[in-house]
Amino acid sequence: MSNIASAIVRRLVIIIPYSWLLIFFLIPFFIVFRISVSETAVAMPPYVPVFALSEGFAAFWEKVSQFSLDNYVWLTQDALYLNAYLSSVVIAGISTFFTLLIAYPIAYGMAQAPRSIRSTLLMLVILPFWTSFLIRVYAWISILKPEGLLNQLLLSVGIIDHPLIILNTNTAIYIGIVYSYLPFMVLPLYSALEKMDGTLTEAAQDLGCTPIRAFWRVTFPLSIPGVVAGCMLVFIPAVGEFVIPDLLGGSETLMIGKTLWNEFNANRDWPVSSAVAAILLLILVVPIVLFQNAQAKAESRDR
Amino acid sequence: MVKWSRFNIASIVLGFGFLYLPIVLLVIFSFNESKLVTVWTGFSTKWYGQLWQNQGLMDAAWVTIRVALLSATCATVLGTLAALALVRYTQFRGRLLFSGMVYAPLVMPEVITGLSLLLLFVAIGFDRGFWTITLAHITFTMCFVAVVVQSRLLSFDQSIEEAAQDLGATPVRTFMEVTLPVISPAVFSGWVLAFTLSLDDLVIASFTSGPGATTLPMKIYSQVRLGVTPEINAICTILIGIVAFGVVIASFVTRRREAQRVRDEQAAFAPA
Amino acid sequence: MKSFGSTRRSFAPWNDPTSKPFISFRNVTKRFGDFTAVDDLSLDIYHREFFALLGASGCGKSTLLRMLAGFEQPTSGEIILDGQSLAGTPPYRRPVNMMFQSYALFPHMTVEKNIAFGLRQDGMPKPDIAARVAQMLKLVKMEKFAGRKPHQLSGGQRQRVALARSLAKQPKVLLLDEPLGALDKKLREETQFELMDLQQDLGLTFVVVTHDQEEAMTMADRIAVMSQGRVAQVATPAEIYEAPNSRFVADFIGDVNIFDGKVSSVENHVVQIETDIGFTVRMHSNETPAVGAQAGCIVRPEKLRVSRAAPADASANAVQGELWDIAYLGDMTVYHAKLKNGAMVKASSLNAVRAVENPLGYDEPIWVSFDEDAGMVLKD
Repeated sequence: MSNIASAIVRRLVIIIPYSWLLIFFLIPFFIVFRISVSETAVAMPPYVPVFALSEGFAAFWEKVSQFSLDNYVWLTQDALYLNAYLSSVVIAGISTFFTLLIAYPIAYGMAQAPRSIRSTLLMLVILPFWTSFLIRVYAWISILKPEGLLNQLLLSVGIIDHPLIILNTNTAIYIGIVYSYLPFMVLPLYSALEKMDGTLTEAAQDLGCTPIRAFWRVTFPLSIPGVVAGCMLVFIPAVGEFVIPDLLGGSETLMIGKTLWNEFNANRDWPVSSAVAAILLLILVVPIVLFQNAQAKAESRDR
Repeated sequence: MVKWSRFNIASIVLGFGFLYLPIVLLVIFSFNESKLVTVWTGFSTKWYGQLWQNQGLMDAAWVTIRVALLSATCATVLGTLAALALVRYTQFRGRLLFSGMVYAPLVMPEVITGLSLLLLFVAIGFDRGFWTITLAHITFTMCFVAVVVQSRLLSFDQSIEEAAQDLGATPVRTFMEVTLPVISPAVFSGWVLAFTLSLDDLVIASFTSGPGATTLPMKIYSQVRLGVTPEINAICTILIGIVAFGVVIASFVTRRREAQRVRDEQAAFAPA
Repeated sequence: MKSFGSTRRSFAPWNDPTSKPFISFRNVTKRFGDFTAVDDLSLDIYHREFFALLGASGCGKSTLLRMLAGFEQPTSGEIILDGQSLAGTPPYRRPVNMMFQSYALFPHMTVEKNIAFGLRQDGMPKPDIAARVAQMLKLVKMEKFAGRKPHQLSGGQRQRVALARSLAKQPKVLLLDEPLGALDKKLREETQFELMDLQQDLGLTFVVVTHDQEEAMTMADRIAVMSQGRVAQVATPAEIYEAPNSRFVADFIGDVNIFDGKVSSVENHVVQIETDIGFTVRMHSNETPAVGAQAGCIVRPEKLRVSRAAPADASANAVQGELWDIAYLGDMTVYHAKLKNGAMVKASSLNAVRAVENPLGYDEPIWVSFDEDAGMVLKD
């Protein structure tokens, strides 16, 4: 009896979260693809349904022939979208690089810190992540404004004699992304560096490496899984970021997340925004798979 | 053994300064007398007073808290199950897809998640509002819970479960009486994480909400678009205060528990 | 003249006043905050010596090794290697190499790359590196595993790679931190002899840190027994065992029986002690404690005899008791005997013959006896 019961329990443990994610995570993507091949209509919902499951299989094949790739064609013809994709990837890439540059010394310092204060430092890194993303981005507006606090400081110290224009430029977006995603970079780096056996760098020094060479020959190569995980955790969401370019970027800043939002909310063009999302997803497939592999490796290592 | 050089200390101090300074400034200027948030004119709490009169803001806050409580609780259950499935059952059909679906939402741009869920709700004719936001939040926060609980389960000594079964506990009772109490700190921090993520979310909520269901981040966002005001600083300060308070309490409790555990262990090993 | 134990070879520079020490610790102190890890310690180690630092964990032996390697700086005092002070020399410029307790093999490099690592830092030409690596691999019999990564090796193989890596630069001194701690017993015993042969063949100075007295006694020319940051005794293994200079050393190395009491007479290097447990012990001693002083007589278990009859030799120390516990260990048997007044002593005897007629049994009344030169006297 209890064998059967435990078999059922085991099934449920898998089936319940599995089906939830299928319904609310995977299937919606298929709907996105389906709508992206529909035509725009002035209706609610504002598209012509291409197929419905109720119509059966024969109807399905008939509808496949009616697939409209117009939306995709349109995306490729309009330089706006192309540029938006391109500049999103570039902005995300540059920001990721700077995040890594800033996060690495922090994570390294934390990993070297006395054991007794490490957990406190860790909590201090996580804490801002628990305060609203929106609030943290908003906080930068009053700092970066032409009459903002940063310019006030620089002017009063005398480093500059007229205010810097930072807000509503790409620089502001870099700052916003680096700031908001810093904990995501620090955490995997810290866990990679903290796990590292300290005697390895001692061994390298014993064998003739200066501390700096020991870092590049031993510490850094061994932290690469953490670097990859951190970069993916920053780069992937940053490509599709909406809040940061919207609040900190300028009117000419092109980022695909913002474009999609506008397409959807302002133009109410659901099929085109679905197509935008579908292509964004395709762009992100490679980094997402990289991220998954890093996760799976970390998981099997801890096992 | 540990060498904490000046460089290490400097990078930590600068890094933490960078992380905290903007938040500190925001809090300071919420007490500014002037309507300008960049020039200090004097101390005042009048912006806090004005918040209570803003009925729209209060309604939004109430919606947000209800969504966060409900979605965090459901996400904790689902996320814990998902973590168990990932850690305990290494072989089942579609495991790769399953682990993919658990990890992908962690990095998925919110605009994609939001749009795809909206299209799902429209396709099945679900009225958008409180419930759709809640469902959407459960979906993306359960993955965070799963990752948090999973990392605890990976370091879990399975022999204590075997011991429980050896002493006659059924698998279900073993889970309730042995496994769950041991992993409960991770489950709890998963819940807190899910709660704050839900409290925080703007993009997904904007896509999946309907008329009548406006969350606090949506309200803040629409005001921010109109310009920076001390009133927003004030409400942000309250939110930060709540989160900071919660985190400090939680860490205090876990620390005391940890200290107690260490004391108990020392007592146990001390010569009688 | 009698000497203690068997000398391995005629190698004893420490007895030669003209030989110069190769490594000198001079009044070295190391403090970590309030904790004094090494306390005003002076010690000489000679060229081609196999030297062991032995002690319980926290006695300062690892700190001493790490100061020699350069990972810690002495709070005061100085360390001299081959006539030069090491003060201010960072670890990467010291002509010493260390084999780490955890081996510290670089997990992202193959065996070959690990061994070549130190040579590459010196900018050695590539063909030379290859030749040296091949030589090292042969030395530790790991030629077949050159392309493997550390996680594809067994514990014993890792130990060999770590050894090869630390020897590759031909250091003046090789430091070994618990070199065999991670190996199982059988492999450990084999490797001990391999290390000794290697040290002989290469003619290097080895300094090994260990908490395992058997390991130290097997391998080392001399042992420094350490306690609380100080050296309790430095001597050959046999001297440490047979002539410990303190109760601590006597107790730390091997098993020991200590009979405490008051000195009643001293004549002709024979000290007579009235022990607290009520029998008189007569013992040869180079030291001459004052009559009436407190002293202890220490006797190792294998030098006690256990017999049914009173010992025939009237000059022997003898006391009656009964057998309390008997442990048969194969090569020898250990007896715990309870003397008449309740004190317990430990005796052991070699099982030199296979079968014994009428062996001793539990609770049997017996005599415990030992000769006048079986132990030594320690003043309090």
